[in-house]
Amino acid sequence: MDGAHDLGGMHGFGPVDRSQQQNFVGEWEEKVFGLTLACGMQGKWNLDQSRFARERMDPAHYLGSSYYEHWLHGLELLLLESKLLSIEELESGIANPAGVFEPVPQERVPGLLEQGSPTLMECERSAIWQVGDRVRIRNEHPHHHTRVPRYIRGRCGEIMRHYGAHIFPDAHSERGEKVPEHLYSVRFSGEELWGDKAAEAKSAIFVDVFEPYIEGTAS
Amino acid sequence: MSNHQHPHHHHTAPLSEIEQRVKQLETLLVDKGLVDPRAMDELVDTYEHRVGPRNGARVVARAWTDPEYKQRLLEDATSAIMEMGYAGRQGEHMQVVENTDKVHNMVVCTLCSCYPWPVLGLPPTWYKASSYRARAVSEPRAVLEEFGVHLDPDVEVRVWDSTSEIRYLVLPRRPDNTEHLNQDQLAELVERDAMIGVALVPAPTEAAA
Repeated sequence: MDGAHDLGGMHGFGPVDRSQQQNFVGEWEEKVFGLTLACGMQGKWNLDQSRFARERMDPAHYLGSSYYEHWLHGLELLLLESKLLSIEELESGIANPAGVFEPVPQERVPGLLEQGSPTLMECERSAIWQVGDRVRIRNEHPHHHTRVPRYIRGRCGEIMRHYGAHIFPDAHSERGEKVPEHLYSVRFSGEELWGDKAAEAKSAIFVDVFEPYIEGTAS
Repeated sequence: MSNHQHPHHHHTAPLSEIEQRVKQLETLLVDKGLVDPRAMDELVDTYEHRVGPRNGARVVARAWTDPEYKQRLLEDATSAIMEMGYAGRQGEHMQVVENTDKVHNMVVCTLCSCYPWPVLGLPPTWYKASSYRARAVSEPRAVLEEFGVHLDPDVEVRVWDSTSEIRYLVLPRRPDNTEHLNQDQLAELVERDAMIGVALVPAPTEAAA
């Protein structure tokens, strides 16, 4: 979806605030991080679904709020949509009924973190593109979650590497399905993305691109 | 709640609206049986105190001193990094990109905040903020200047936008006059920002100054 999260190339934000060196600003941000990961370990949603929940935040609110507010919004939405909480519970803060679920205990946390969620998959279809091919990215603007940023749509780049087939984020978010799609590292010149006048000299942007995002060979 | 207190934070002022909202949600999730407070502490403690950029610095220092390891690292970063004991969430598939006298690499996630947790820990707030995410891809040299990195005009800047589950780590250039240093001493020189690609590793005299 073309949400406020898709920030690449936007103007007007001013310099990077390098005073913000820490990971958490305040204890509540630690809590949002811990609650999000702990609830995620219930396995009711996957990473792409949690990204999509944050992306659906009202654009003005997204841009005007801090990073962990995005996470808090996403967590509340996921808890409601997966019916782990009711709207009445969320609003009142009172569990009704209480104690109905089984939390992931502390003892299991290190193992789950170590295991992670690998996305590399076997794929029966062979990769269409080879290193060195020039390709054009599809100009598509789906309403669902996708990982093709706006700034490369319709643009041409060169295939630099094939990463094998990985879980396709669009289907993973929409249907919870693990569909393998070939993944490439695609190199775009600054001029191709930003135009001759705005692009900085000698800059290249490498984007990880799933095969369905590619329209075809570029001349 | 008694086992979920943070003694280093004391609130004397009333809680802000968002602090209240988070506190209420935490209580609710614990009451529902969705969250074990000790699991939550474990998660925060892991990334606040145990997993961080010292891991990445050890990988870099080894690559600087062990050419055979460096080759493995550039060819198959996931297993070369796992060999050092760093693996798991947000580092399941790793790619290392090498800085040279002709190429400078920097990493961003324009769509969210993807970052290689097992080797760098959690990202600094500026990495997740709009300005860096918007500008790293369109004006990387200007961003680097803000970080105090001045590149020669003939150096190519390569920006890696982390749009899939591949996580990127920059292998910075080894500074001059470090031939006498061992791996541990070299690792001391490598800061987080150099592995994101928004800093260079200073020579030891500069670091000491």
